[in-house]
Amino acid sequence: MITTLGEALRMALAQLRRNWSRTLLTSLGIAVGVGALVAIVGIGQGASRSIEQDLASMGSNLVSVEAGTGGGPQAHVSAPPFQDRDIESIRRQVPHLSGVAPMASSSVTTHYAGLTWSTSVTGSSPDWLGVAGWTLASGRALEDGEARSGAAVCVLGETVRENLFGDLDPLGARIRLGDADCTVIGVLAAKGENTMGMDQDDLVWAPVRFVQRRLLGTTGVDRILLSVDDAANTDEVLLSLDAVIRELRHVRSDATVDFQIRDTREMAEHVGGITTVLTGLLGAVAAVSLFVGGIGIMNVMLVSVGERTHEIGIRMAVGALQGDVMAQFLVESATLSALGGLAGVALGVAVTAVGATVLEVPFVVVPAAVIGAVVVSAGLGVMFGWMPARRAARLEPIDALRAP
Amino acid sequence: MSLIAFRGITRVYGQGDARVSALAGIDLDVASGEFVAFMGPSGSGKSTALNVMGCLDRPTAGSYTFRSLEVTDLVDQERARLRRAWIGFVFQGFHLLPRSTAVENVELPLVYRGISAARRRELAEHMLDEVGLADRRHHLPSALSGGQQQRVAIARALVTEPQLLLADEPTGNLDTARSEEIIALLARVNREHGQTIVMVTHEPDMAEHAHRIVHFRDGRIESEQRTGRTP
Repeated sequence: MITTLGEALRMALAQLRRNWSRTLLTSLGIAVGVGALVAIVGIGQGASRSIEQDLASMGSNLVSVEAGTGGGPQAHVSAPPFQDRDIESIRRQVPHLSGVAPMASSSVTTHYAGLTWSTSVTGSSPDWLGVAGWTLASGRALEDGEARSGAAVCVLGETVRENLFGDLDPLGARIRLGDADCTVIGVLAAKGENTMGMDQDDLVWAPVRFVQRRLLGTTGVDRILLSVDDAANTDEVLLSLDAVIRELRHVRSDATVDFQIRDTREMAEHVGGITTVLTGLLGAVAAVSLFVGGIGIMNVMLVSVGERTHEIGIRMAVGALQGDVMAQFLVESATLSALGGLAGVALGVAVTAVGATVLEVPFVVVPAAVIGAVVVSAGLGVMFGWMPARRAARLEPIDALRAP
Repeated sequence: MSLIAFRGITRVYGQGDARVSALAGIDLDVASGEFVAFMGPSGSGKSTALNVMGCLDRPTAGSYTFRSLEVTDLVDQERARLRRAWIGFVFQGFHLLPRSTAVENVELPLVYRGISAARRRELAEHMLDEVGLADRRHHLPSALSGGQQQRVAIARALVTEPQLLLADEPTGNLDTARSEEIIALLARVNREHGQTIVMVTHEPDMAEHAHRIVHFRDGRIESEQRTGRTP
């Protein structure tokens, strides 16, 4: 083979320009496939990042313990709640905990100065702030003494503050919380919406004992949130928690438990798994459309070889070797396909941008996916152009010259 | 020492009852620097002989040596290399690339010889000057007359300075005046550059410009005559 790649590329571009409408339509097939792939990977990455951000805002290295095991025939739907002494035991016996937050939740209607707002109240310990990853915008957090005594104090989420107080200063105000009154001692810094579109700031935080006595009329909690001091200790904490709670609830080691323990990593894997499966499925569909685009290229190249048989004969007569003819057609189909790939990347990035806005996920362009898409589409061109190019190269010069 | 030696060259097309013997055992020698004309009726085998000579077609049997090299032993790739290195073609139908300009057509053989773009353009323009088409360089073949197209084709064949120029009815599509120009051009090339020329023609007037005329009939050489011209 004597022709350089540059020479072959020049010939390919000239040929593709000549048949520009055919070039456009054929590369469209590849563009759609590549565009779909780029968009799916981009939106998938955006969704993953959004979930990561959610999990981070939930608090890091989080472990949740729930009484009962959820659905199923063996479910202990009405498992006994965790009492104060259970929580104390966990706090004392499980190592590497940086915070323990019992969770007692209730829906309430709040009132202040004639304004009403329906929200939910979270009864928990002072640890909750750190465990659930909150910071204060103003005022102060609950103190241990208040938590123990069940004092009538509360900290407002931004949404509740906005709706009850507007421009007024809420600190020190007494608001009505269901059937009880409490004094506002602080306001939480806003977190905004999570991926599911839920407003995370629509809540009131109060001492767990206050919520139990004054709002729920119970003593235990169904759920405890715990944070681990270091992610590396999570496995140890999970094992220890399981053992401690079994003992507390007198569950033999071979019996079915009536509680469940989950950690953030597990939740992340669960949500991430769904995203990965969806991305994979959609990616497979895009790959099929890319394959169909490749068949389109093969088809057009076969037609092109047929139409240009005479030209091939002339080229062979003036000195083209089989390799030269092969290279000419391969470079042509690779160029055709790569042009489609480039258009597809532009299309895919545009769709990603629109999709990211509509789905409210971060706009992520993965450079590797973009470069990969162009390289893969050029590769597809070589793959699907191989058979037509070989057919061209194997023509007998004398037969090719006689073609019209 | 002859440039070309055919010994018992046979070319059979088709199979079974449809077998047609285009060449039925030909012995022929062409010396270096010679200008030979092939004549004969249609289907007499003269074009087939030319195509075999140019490695565009393969003989069914017999021996063909080119510069002492046994061509019938070569594989496709080697025959293509031999063609590229030594042989130029001029066809009755010109066979120019229709969407390339005159100068681009003349450059084409140089592309396959790895010559740089600038050098190609220089050589091709010089060759177009030689055939008297300096002012038609950037015309497409469709904008040229038949005689001009054939001169472009001759420039294309000669730009690589081949040792052997094969012309298959180069004047077949041209009127008498244009034919005279083309044959004069070929004769000049043969005289001035010593290029060996083998030309197929129907016209005795054209054949008269060669040194030797070979008459074909039914796939065999019927007779040979010398014209009195010499290399």
